[in-house]
Amino acid sequence: MRQIAIYGKGGIGKSTTTQNTVAGLASIGKKVMIVGCDPKADSTRLILHAKAQNTVMDLVRELGTVEDLELGDVMKVGYGNVKCVESGGPEPGVGCAGRGVITAINFLEENGAYTPDLDFVFYDVLGDVVCGGFAMPIREGKAEEIYIVTSGEMMAMYAANNIAKGILKYASSGKVRLGGLICNSRNTDREDELIEALAKRLGTQMIYFVPRDNQVQRAELRRMTVIEYSPEHKQAQEYRTLAQKIADNKMLVVPSPLEMEELEELLMEFGIMEVEDESIVGVAEQAAA
Amino acid sequence: MSDNIRKVEGITKESTEALIAETLAVYPEKAKKKRAPHLGANDPASGAACVKSNKKTVPGVMSARGCAYAGAKGVVWGPIRDMVHVSHGPVGCGWYSWGTRRNMMSGITGVTSFPMQFTSDFQEKDIVYGGDKKLKTLLEEAHDLFPLAKGISVLSECPVGLIGDDINSVARTSAKELDIPIIPCNCEGFRGVSQSLGHHISNDTIRDYIIGTREYAEPASPYDIALIGEYNIGGDAWSTKPLLEECGLNVKSVWTGDGELEKIAATHQVKLNVIHCYRSMNYMCKVMEEKYGIPWVELNFFGPTKIRNSLRQLAMLFDDHIKAKVEEVIAKYDPLMQAVIDEYKPRLDGKKVMLLVGGLRPRHTIGAYEDLGMDCVGSGYEFAHTDDYDRTAPEMPDATVVYDDPSEYEFEKFADALKPDLIGSGIKEKYVFQKMGIPFRQMHSWDYSGPYHGYKGFEVFARDVDMAINSPTWKLVKAPY
Repeated sequence: MRQIAIYGKGGIGKSTTTQNTVAGLASIGKKVMIVGCDPKADSTRLILHAKAQNTVMDLVRELGTVEDLELGDVMKVGYGNVKCVESGGPEPGVGCAGRGVITAINFLEENGAYTPDLDFVFYDVLGDVVCGGFAMPIREGKAEEIYIVTSGEMMAMYAANNIAKGILKYASSGKVRLGGLICNSRNTDREDELIEALAKRLGTQMIYFVPRDNQVQRAELRRMTVIEYSPEHKQAQEYRTLAQKIADNKMLVVPSPLEMEELEELLMEFGIMEVEDESIVGVAEQAAA
Repeated sequence: MSDNIRKVEGITKESTEALIAETLAVYPEKAKKKRAPHLGANDPASGAACVKSNKKTVPGVMSARGCAYAGAKGVVWGPIRDMVHVSHGPVGCGWYSWGTRRNMMSGITGVTSFPMQFTSDFQEKDIVYGGDKKLKTLLEEAHDLFPLAKGISVLSECPVGLIGDDINSVARTSAKELDIPIIPCNCEGFRGVSQSLGHHISNDTIRDYIIGTREYAEPASPYDIALIGEYNIGGDAWSTKPLLEECGLNVKSVWTGDGELEKIAATHQVKLNVIHCYRSMNYMCKVMEEKYGIPWVELNFFGPTKIRNSLRQLAMLFDDHIKAKVEEVIAKYDPLMQAVIDEYKPRLDGKKVMLLVGGLRPRHTIGAYEDLGMDCVGSGYEFAHTDDYDRTAPEMPDATVVYDDPSEYEFEKFADALKPDLIGSGIKEKYVFQKMGIPFRQMHSWDYSGPYHGYKGFEVFARDVDMAINSPTWKLVKAPY
């Protein structure tokens, strides 16, 4: 069983990419489970064709304690026999969502959700690793393989680099490794080259460049992955290729995160930031004052 | 406070400093540097602290300290008897602090006093989803079950602060709905370096939610006082309150031992605040002084010498009527106390005691030991501040060792060198020293005894100290090594 965690900046398309990739793996006969680690609980909707999955934490709240919960109550099976679990958690602004992830994953472990017939477990984690709870999937004995979803936009790359720093921390004390960057294209300039370069600096690879295509949006509106909605569409083939690449991937590394200056240099090199930008930083404000 | 500088045979500034140096020698450089300022030789003439205090415990050394929640629940809020006190968070903090401080309560349980354990008993779901709704339900249930409770305090445990629950807004809403005072106290255990911050936070909540919200029904008199920082440990307040009343004073409220919320709330109407535990309640004395112009005086009711001095100091603040009453009281009790001294002093004279207690007793009880002919050869606090150590200097004999937040090792080392006949400290220290063959009394809880305050208390104190030191048990115990 390979346990894989997907991280990346919020809104970059982690859940969409994960579910399409998982559908791709299922279509080549792999047995997969998705564990959604986000209180929004939208990591499995394309596989289950429904948003309202009973989450682990919602049921814990209903039943009073986690001990009264049964695995069957929270695990649903969707497209391609993919098993789906959502950790769930509070609405924004109350409680502790991070603890919800910890509670949910502990529950899954203790109740035998990780059956030996599974080829893959995917953790789809909330955008920012704001606390220890969201690092739970990459702690000892869980996901050892991480893919970061990014794009050619500066903040997405900045987030990717930050996540690499987190991986470095856990890699030194455990077996977690970076498997590569998945570029979910936003059609920015020289995007593929830029992410290739970033990957190289991080000591990893751009495992795949997923082009932008509105077919993803059309499928999503019908609560389906592209692979299920239009298996013949070229975008479905893109995800199948990504799935195959992940299945075949042997390149697992301890990343070498960049300093902020290095990251900026990289952006300048690719013409995203003007070299002379430095001279105008703060100047506009000064002039106004 | 003390008249002359006392010396203990064999103890000099040099001997104490050598002992401290030897004690520190085993520490790594960094720990040594941090601990050194917290150990010192007393200089009574200076009247100033000889140690640094109120700092974070050095990692790696065992500390006797508690936490902010302990200071709020165990010390300030917990003793108020006609309120429900909610330990808000997981069950353990409330359960294991239940009744352990031995602050006694009168009244009928469930009707006029509530010495029960109330907790919101947090589960995983309350951490993940927040405990605000549960708190609201709890407050309603507590009020339904105990409609005669005058108010509810909500004492936060650590997780409440970590997940950022807004107990203040729940308290505000529920107080309005239930029409009783509900006091949210953000005393999460991780705040501050010891329980001391819990006292301060609790004082602040009394200031913000309680004081000035009630009035006394009876007409005011010039003899109205409040007894502050008296927690009725082992029934102490049942000794001190009648004593002050015997002196002709009206004790309108006791903070907070066997306390009543509405009397505490009306304390802004008294003429004088008499404070006993300075460390835990000086804050509110200062607030009442600034806001309502109420003067305050620190008194000591341990042992006949200190009681006598304290009562005369108190009489100075009142008219001839009280002065005469006080002299009558002293004249009445002096012979009774002399009889106690005559009985016990022959067996205790020249014995040595070492103390380590919270924030007051290591200085306040010294006089009582001295009344019995004993010397205090070492004293220190868990969580005192500089102003406490300033007040300690004149009470301790010259050049004796003073230790702030000492580690188990330091305390043992000092005891080993000074060979005291009695150690007065807490439950965490008790068995260590008893195993060393040193008689011990728990001086937080009065070791299941008490009261020790007032004239009534001195008799019990003298008996207990005699029993501890002169028990034949210690002669029968032989160390197996």
